[in-house]
Amino acid sequence: MRRQIPLALCFIFGVFMAIQYFIPLHSVADMQERILMWLQTLLAFAFLLGTVSLIKVHYHKIRNRADDRFYSYVALAGLLGMISFGFFHPAHNAPGSPFSMLFLNVQVPIEATMFSLLAFYVASAAFRAFRARTLEATLLLVAACIVMLGRVPIGDIIHGGIPQMTRWILEVPNLASKRGVMIGVGLGMMATALKIILGIERAWMGGSD
Amino acid sequence: MSWAEKVLQIDRRWIFLAIGIAVTVPFFLPLGLPVVVTPPVQSLYDAVEELEPGSNPLLLSIDYAPATLPELEPMAMAIMRHCFENDVNVVVMTLHPAGYGLAERALLAAAEEYGLTYGEDYVFLGFQPGTSAVILGMGINIRNVFPEDAYGAPMDDLPLMQGVRNYDDIPLVISLAGWSAAEAWIYYAYQPYRQRVGAGVTAVMATDFYPYLNAGQLEGLLGGMRGAAEYEVLIDTPDQGARGMDSQSVIHLIIIILIAVGNAAYFISRRGKTVSGVSGS
Repeated sequence: MRRQIPLALCFIFGVFMAIQYFIPLHSVADMQERILMWLQTLLAFAFLLGTVSLIKVHYHKIRNRADDRFYSYVALAGLLGMISFGFFHPAHNAPGSPFSMLFLNVQVPIEATMFSLLAFYVASAAFRAFRARTLEATLLLVAACIVMLGRVPIGDIIHGGIPQMTRWILEVPNLASKRGVMIGVGLGMMATALKIILGIERAWMGGSD
Repeated sequence: MSWAEKVLQIDRRWIFLAIGIAVTVPFFLPLGLPVVVTPPVQSLYDAVEELEPGSNPLLLSIDYAPATLPELEPMAMAIMRHCFENDVNVVVMTLHPAGYGLAERALLAAAEEYGLTYGEDYVFLGFQPGTSAVILGMGINIRNVFPEDAYGAPMDDLPLMQGVRNYDDIPLVISLAGWSAAEAWIYYAYQPYRQRVGAGVTAVMATDFYPYLNAGQLEGLLGGMRGAAEYEVLIDTPDQGARGMDSQSVIHLIIIILIAVGNAAYFISRRGKTVSGVSGS
């Protein structure tokens, strides 16, 4: 029963959500509305699950006195601090609240800094690894250089044709290849969805089969 | 060791230093490079420009996190300034848990510039989890998904939201996203409800959106900081996007020079090895 009930629910709701697009009845629309509200409620539990999992991982690191447990203290202090400000501060969602201030003045600069480091590593990697060793690599390299120049104002100044070539690369070869990939991915998604609805693919339930 | 081999073994900290200088200097000594507007940005601008002043609101979904903030926040500010300048009301929401504070910050800053009233000219719905369920649910009834605004006020208490039930009452949705949220708006708002959707995404993501743009599923597209800069040019309010263009121009140029030098040094050093190998044998 532990397997049959989830499989049956998956089949019923999967088939319903697929065919409801083709049934213009109010009762069907009402049911869809209800299912979407249930879905949203279920998805909210994912955050709870994630939080519990994070606490468990770091708690075990601290308990086992792992070498890098200092970072676990920091992670847990950050998590519990933000949760406390979020739940227990009377004006938790007001602009300028401690929750908001910590987010804007600690998390935002940290994340933006981490992402900004990419510029430095991309430049270094481009110098060391971007080589025109083969015809394909040369095409990629030339296209990359044209698009990089065409996407910034200096490209217009160097030559008026660079932005036009950039547009052509984006709107012709890029678009054609993306469409091919997207159609393939779409068909793959449909096939996988069908396998899940029909109970052929069962990995989502966990376990070995 | 030949000069080419020396070049190839250059300490990468010199590259980091060059990039650091290239980013910083143009902020203090602007080059003032002209920004030419491209058709995808013009299309989105036109879609916003066509909105009726004072009528149903534009829905701006600020779906970015702090990591992509520098590219996407200038877009949010430019679009909101455009709307507020034209008396177009704006409803802001987010599908990203980290987007709440960023969306609120951008909205309050833009609204303050124009001295607008909360609830009448603009509304902040906050965050709801479950991207696809949220977008689909809003097509049926926004109140099912957001029974209250971000500050706990019931929707019917907000004058701006009184006539807004679902996508029939929203002339345009714009998603600014550093992840797949913008695609989700196309899949779940455009496709089933034929809701007009525009997008602003990071530069690396922009190429993924050309098929949607070409198929008419997107009203327009802002790609990276360049997209923001072009929009700022169109509304005649140069700001963060336009300022960043000088730095980005110099950086792109440096990266291209590094690629050229790296390749030249690589092939020269390889030819040197081949020649010495042949003469040695």
